[in-house]
Amino acid sequence: MAEPTAKGVLLKPVFDKNPIALLVLGICSALAVTNKLQTALVMAVAVTVVTGASGAAVSAIRHFIPSSIRIIVQMTIIASLVIVVDQVLQAFLPDVSKQLSVFVGLIITNCIVMGRAEGFAMKNPPDLSFWDGIGNGLGYSLILVIVAVFRELFGAGTLLGYTIFPNAIDGGWYVVNGLMVLPPSAFFIIAGIIWALRTWKPEQVEPEG
Amino acid sequence: MQRDSASFTLLVATVLCVACSVLVAGAAVALRPLQVANKRLDRQKNVLLAASLIERGKADSDTIKATFGESIERQLIDTTTGEPTTLEDAGLEENYDPRDATKKPELTVQIPAEEDVAGIKKKAKYAYVYKVLGEGGAVEQIVVPIYGKGLWSTVYGFLSVDADGETVRGVTFYEHGETPGLGGEVENPDWQASWVDKSIYGDAGEVELSVIKGSAGDGPDADYQIDGLSGATITSKGVSHMIDYWLGPHGFGPYLKSLGGEGAGTDG
Repeated sequence: MAEPTAKGVLLKPVFDKNPIALLVLGICSALAVTNKLQTALVMAVAVTVVTGASGAAVSAIRHFIPSSIRIIVQMTIIASLVIVVDQVLQAFLPDVSKQLSVFVGLIITNCIVMGRAEGFAMKNPPDLSFWDGIGNGLGYSLILVIVAVFRELFGAGTLLGYTIFPNAIDGGWYVVNGLMVLPPSAFFIIAGIIWALRTWKPEQVEPEG
Repeated sequence: MQRDSASFTLLVATVLCVACSVLVAGAAVALRPLQVANKRLDRQKNVLLAASLIERGKADSDTIKATFGESIERQLIDTTTGEPTTLEDAGLEENYDPRDATKKPELTVQIPAEEDVAGIKKKAKYAYVYKVLGEGGAVEQIVVPIYGKGLWSTVYGFLSVDADGETVRGVTFYEHGETPGLGGEVENPDWQASWVDKSIYGDAGEVELSVIKGSAGDGPDADYQIDGLSGATITSKGVSHMIDYWLGPHGFGPYLKSLGGEGAGTDG
């Protein structure tokens, strides 16, 4: 593999090695927080900040981390960052924080964050690891936002709370699709995105058999 | 020292723990004032929501503060007797917060087990109720705080009672740790709307209002019944019990009755 560059590690995870679409990581939160665009955006930013900062932090001390406790060290760093992010959300965006409830805390268990810390930050310098974290966060964000746009638009007829399709209950013409509000719809949309992405980039198709 | 030696491992672990705890503690302490302000605003918002003075999701913080300042008058209640009192008589500071008071032994009273239907064990000796003033300063509604044990957590809410002391005008639940989608449906605005116009007290003056299993339907008692939340029997029961306690003789019952006795809307 060629030497990683900042631009490469930042952009590659968005389409070529998307953590959700190709690696199928972080699905849990993608189902849970995507029924509104606003919560999805906040969650996306939160995960991006945590993957970026934890990548840089883990990488900065990678020469000092004893291999016997490296996973715990990574977890501690990630957990601390997640708590800080949670506190910041509670202070500045209390309503969104209430809607995201446990899912901010659950960023700790998001495989993308741990995966990048163990898989990339342990072997690369802090600046590259930071951009790699941001890149993977962006890849995650992209999918989250696409899913949330579909779900909020067809499930409630709104985007970011603004009415796009006037709702039939309020006298408009749009009858909401109840399925879109429920978590399984995120599965269908993610599957659709993976299908579209692999049609566009056939090299992502896994070999059969 | 070797990177993988036991002593170095311990050193790294210790330094990391200290560094991380400083970070986390620093963030928590620095952001506390903002979080406290948010909590207070959230409670004001829910008082207004229970009284239907604002629409859900439509009011910003300035509107909430302004509306709260204009239409709400706080009244301190001695929860042991149900009698109204004042901060001076109770010897309390201006910033007294009943929620915080439950953590201070000198400001709490233990609830005898046989009375404790809501499962809260103790309560603040003094609590605020919120009088909603209409034009001309007449009291139109009384918003009382209610809380009690659900399935996993203590559920907190506000119930708005008409000035006649008998009819529900609205309800909100603003803090809980129930299962999202099941017990968490206490937050559901449609369900909360079904509380409006229900009657609280039966002919003998006892609390009749309850959350029942299944649907209230059109039976003779439908006026006192609220549909249970499906898949959340224990949360529904918990809500029912907290109504029982807080509107009953050991909660705000005596205060509400004293208002009803004076006739609707005449209490200033």
